[in-house]
Amino acid sequence: MAATSENERKTLNIKSKREGSGTVGAPKNIVYNTKDLNLWYGEGHALKNINLEIYENEVTAIIGPSGCGKSTYIKTLNRMVEMVPTVRISGEILYRNRNILDKNFKVEDLRTRVGMVFQKPNPFPKSIYENIAYGPKIHGIRSKKVLDEIVEKSLRGAAIWDEVKDRLNQNAYGLSGGQQQRLCIARCLAIEPDVILMDEPTSALDPISTLKVEELVQELKNDFSIIIVTHNMQQAARISDKTAFFLNGEVVEYEDTDIIFSNPSDKRTEDYITGRFG
Amino acid sequence: MVVRERFESELKQLKDMVIELGELSKKSLEDSFSALENQDLEKALEVIEDDNKADLLENEINEQAILLIAKQQPVAIDLRRIISAIKISSDIERMADFGVNVAKSTIRIGTQPFITPITHLKEMQIITLEMIDLSLKAFETEDVLLARKIAEMDDKVDDLYGESIRDLLQLTSTNLQQVTQLSFIARYLERTADHATNIAESIYYLVRGRQLDLNE
Repeated sequence: MAATSENERKTLNIKSKREGSGTVGAPKNIVYNTKDLNLWYGEGHALKNINLEIYENEVTAIIGPSGCGKSTYIKTLNRMVEMVPTVRISGEILYRNRNILDKNFKVEDLRTRVGMVFQKPNPFPKSIYENIAYGPKIHGIRSKKVLDEIVEKSLRGAAIWDEVKDRLNQNAYGLSGGQQQRLCIARCLAIEPDVILMDEPTSALDPISTLKVEELVQELKNDFSIIIVTHNMQQAARISDKTAFFLNGEVVEYEDTDIIFSNPSDKRTEDYITGRFG
Repeated sequence: MVVRERFESELKQLKDMVIELGELSKKSLEDSFSALENQDLEKALEVIEDDNKADLLENEINEQAILLIAKQQPVAIDLRRIISAIKISSDIERMADFGVNVAKSTIRIGTQPFITPITHLKEMQIITLEMIDLSLKAFETEDVLLARKIAEMDDKVDDLYGESIRDLLQLTSTNLQQVTQLSFIARYLERTADHATNIAESIYYLVRGRQLDLNE
């Protein structure tokens, strides 16, 4: 392709995304806007000056070595981190433009809008049906018909309906690990959240179940905004739109996933994703 | 701490194979041109017969690269290293083919005396060989500045090619068959230089992660 004329070369020239010639689209809505967030566990400075904008209907992956603060960060987004007695937080986290760290902000409001899926599937020791209906019931829904609809819709949404529709009254503990995890995702969907936080949701699953959950995440982002912490970098590369690389409590790089995994700006990001440390 | 020593050493192996292929192609072009200058048909035949070494090595490089991608799931600079090895070896293998083409033309010209001194061709050959040397060195050391220099040299080869063809066209009435073969050789050298320029572009991509417009 070493064209001899200047015109030919110009035709062949492809500008990189980073040079900014490319994607033009509607401005994206921000779900979470984190501003100058600092967090301490006792004396330990776990999060340092975090500034991140997380967008609607996207999958945002958070990667980094153990102890980098990624799980702490995601647990700050639903204020679960406050369950640690020694924790201190400064800065702002705006969820839909309201600071969730504000004293007057009711954590209950946040939890109905922000669901969470954990590393190990944690279904309730109840039937499959009750696992899904539990949340809506707490929120005051009593009608059997409405509950039935929610259960089916949620299980369909989590791509597990066909596998469990004939045994809704059986105990959820009888499901495989991968099914249990999708059940937990369905349980999350039942309260119709805005955001789903996922903390290493596939690290306890076999490869096929992992791929099913990954497929599911891709579908769910049409309706929800998803923030996923993962140790599996290829997973971040496969399913996320944006990736934040955390190291020692700081965000080293936050970029489009395509850029992070093809041509990151920071040497530390490059070393981490290519497996040269961590 | 280097945690992927084995992967590192396999990447190094891949790079060494590409450089070895480069040396083979360079030898093909050196030998074929020396066969032309001395009208040594025996040597020209050897160049043609040796070409399968380059073909085999290129296949080996491709296989090794595919295995590395499949087994190591490389990203970022590692992925670019492997992709560049595949692209560059394809360019290098084409250069070896041009060496073979020069050898074939040499055989067709045979032992008839040259109708004109082949000084332009010689000049083109010298610059082209230097471009190959530089491109291999730039690949080995991942040196973007060398890659830029190669692009500049290509312009000179293009100029010489134009001059050669103009001169040869004046001579069509003397020995059309020889004029045709010498024009072919000029074209082969010019194309070889283009492939060296491709390599320079690949090296720029390898190092910077961006496509290069060498005329920018």
